[in-house]
Amino acid sequence: MRITTELAEGIRISWSAIAANKLRAGLTTLGIVIGIVTVTLMATAITGINTAFRQSISQMGTDVLYIQKFQWGPPDQEWWTMRNRRDITISEAKAMMRQINNAVAVSIEASTGRNITFKGRTARGVWTVGNTVESAIVRGLVVKQGRFFTEGEVDGARPVCVLGADLAANLFPVESPLGQKVRIDGAPFEVIGVIDKMGTFLFGNLDNQIIIPITRYLTQVAHRPDVSIMVKVKRPEDMDEAKEELRGIARKVRHVAPGKPDDFSINQQDILIKTFNRVGGAIATLGLFITGLSLFVGGIGIMNIMFVSVAERTREIGIRKAIGAKKRTILIQFLSEAATICLCGGALAVAIAWPITLLLNTFLPTSMSLPIVGLALFTSIATGVVAGFLPAYRAACMNPVDALRNE
Amino acid sequence: MSLLRLQNIARRYQMGTETIHALRDVSLSIERGEYVAIMGPSGSGKSTLMNLLGCLDSPTSGEFILNGSRVSEMEDNDLAEIRNKEIGFVFQSFNLLPRSDALHNVELPLIYAGFPSGERREMAKAALDHVGLGDRMHHRPNEMSGGQRQRVAVARALVNNPSILLADEPTGNLDSRTGTEILALFEELSSKGNTIILVTHEEDVAVNARRMIRIRDGLIASDELTHKGLAATPASASSK
Ligand SMILES: Nc1ncnc2c1ncn2[C@@H]1O[C@H](COP(=O)(O)OP(=O)(O)O)[C@@H](O)[C@H]1O
Ligand SMILES: [Mg+2]
Repeated sequence: MRITTELAEGIRISWSAIAANKLRAGLTTLGIVIGIVTVTLMATAITGINTAFRQSISQMGTDVLYIQKFQWGPPDQEWWTMRNRRDITISEAKAMMRQINNAVAVSIEASTGRNITFKGRTARGVWTVGNTVESAIVRGLVVKQGRFFTEGEVDGARPVCVLGADLAANLFPVESPLGQKVRIDGAPFEVIGVIDKMGTFLFGNLDNQIIIPITRYLTQVAHRPDVSIMVKVKRPEDMDEAKEELRGIARKVRHVAPGKPDDFSINQQDILIKTFNRVGGAIATLGLFITGLSLFVGGIGIMNIMFVSVAERTREIGIRKAIGAKKRTILIQFLSEAATICLCGGALAVAIAWPITLLLNTFLPTSMSLPIVGLALFTSIATGVVAGFLPAYRAACMNPVDALRNE
Repeated sequence: MSLLRLQNIARRYQMGTETIHALRDVSLSIERGEYVAIMGPSGSGKSTLMNLLGCLDSPTSGEFILNGSRVSEMEDNDLAEIRNKEIGFVFQSFNLLPRSDALHNVELPLIYAGFPSGERREMAKAALDHVGLGDRMHHRPNEMSGGQRQRVAVARALVNNPSILLADEPTGNLDSRTGTEILALFEELSSKGNTIILVTHEEDVAVNARRMIRIRDGLIASDELTHKGLAATPASASSK
């Protein structure tokens, strides 16, 4: 007997069985629809977060080391210990910068949030960054309009600034920003450049920033900021070596006594990736598990209705067995019925989830990809097959004589 | 060699602590082309015997040989295949699939036999034509009379060219006129060489067969030729 013929017949029977009980099938499918919608949205959100993270992280560069007060990811010291570390001062940063050999470029950075105004317009909570000249290299900034600041402007602590793309667009919807003066806390800064669009970094908008010389930052924005030093290393393959050198320099500059633990952290991109993979993986698993529960409940509904269906059609099963249906045939028939119901639910769920993911797309780089659609449909079929197995097996094992006697 | 042979067949049902002896000790053989009636009062074991002959059920003890194969020791799947290829059933209550039309009901055994769809459609049409329902192919069972339904059932039973046509009280749910029509159809099939086993508790139905086996309390009470049988082939009287 050919399995394709059996399958075709199974699906044909399923349709007529479902058509005969439209309301019942519809209500049962509801559970599957809800289950698949939630699982699909969860999967879409997870891939969206993943994409967002990877886009962010790729902007950091794999070859940059960050000397900072706080460690990224899971700390090896108590958070309180790190909290109580002395801020890294600008003079320490400069001292370190002078001693580093292994670097292509070194950036010093301090940052905070400030309101920026231009004439009547105000941009609130703009990420205000003090940088050095080499920051442009280390941070991979691409100047789209105008230029970045010069050594002379940093040394002279000139009131100049470079704007992120969104900030520039917000403050200067029509006119060119170049040469205009924006105000930070009332103090004027001349716009000398605009940076190309960068996108988001871990949900922060990188295009909403203003960059000024670190020297000016110290006099204007914060007098004793906690600074970070970013080092773009010469040979990315010798990251560990570079890290050791940096560590030695930083300990010396910060006067850490031998045998005492570091009072700073050296961070790099892969810590974020590792942390993200671990935390993200755990959250994704938990999320899929919780949404999977609703699918499970839907599956129970399918199992229930299939038991009813088998009981109602006992006589039909007897007839089919009498004229030559094997166990396998009956099994396939009821499995394909359960799978068909679930597949309909899955298709409906995809149709419902799709517009929702479009909505989600406004704050996450998501789209319902073909693999997710495929996975959703496959999951529905699998749910049907798993949920339908017990009822179908009961049907397949019926004794034909008893089944035929059933009224 | 006989088409089928039963040797010391017994079938017992266990109902709690009580054992019901539906068939006690039945031995018989049936040749190809015979038209046999199995007669007996209600509860005598006719349906049990018919289920065994149709490979729907297995005996508790004894040996059943059909077409040279030892059916009494077969697995479920092999029995299903025998039912599909060797047996055609006609039941008292028709047992058609209610949601399928006549054509699909008749096609069903061919689907299980694995025929491609074009071929099985032709075969099913021919079988329906044969029972005089060529113009009712797309009617569902509830759109047909009892006699028509039973003819669909006969078409379904015959479509696969089985070795045996098994009918359990085929006229039981029909009025006497349509019952007679069905019996006439059997008569025609028998004359064409089909083997027919007809189970009934009605004497006037049983007399249509050539040979009559009476059973009572799970045992064969008598096994003899009917008038028709005697008239048709006097020579075979000794070979029962
Ligand atoms: N599945 C069963 N379980 C228990 N007893 C049964 C079963 N099938 C038949 N019997 C019993 O076996 C006997 C023979 O039944 P059956 O073959 O149906 O008789 P008939 O068809 O001649 O009326 C009856 O006493 C009946 O109650
Ligand atoms: Mg009976």
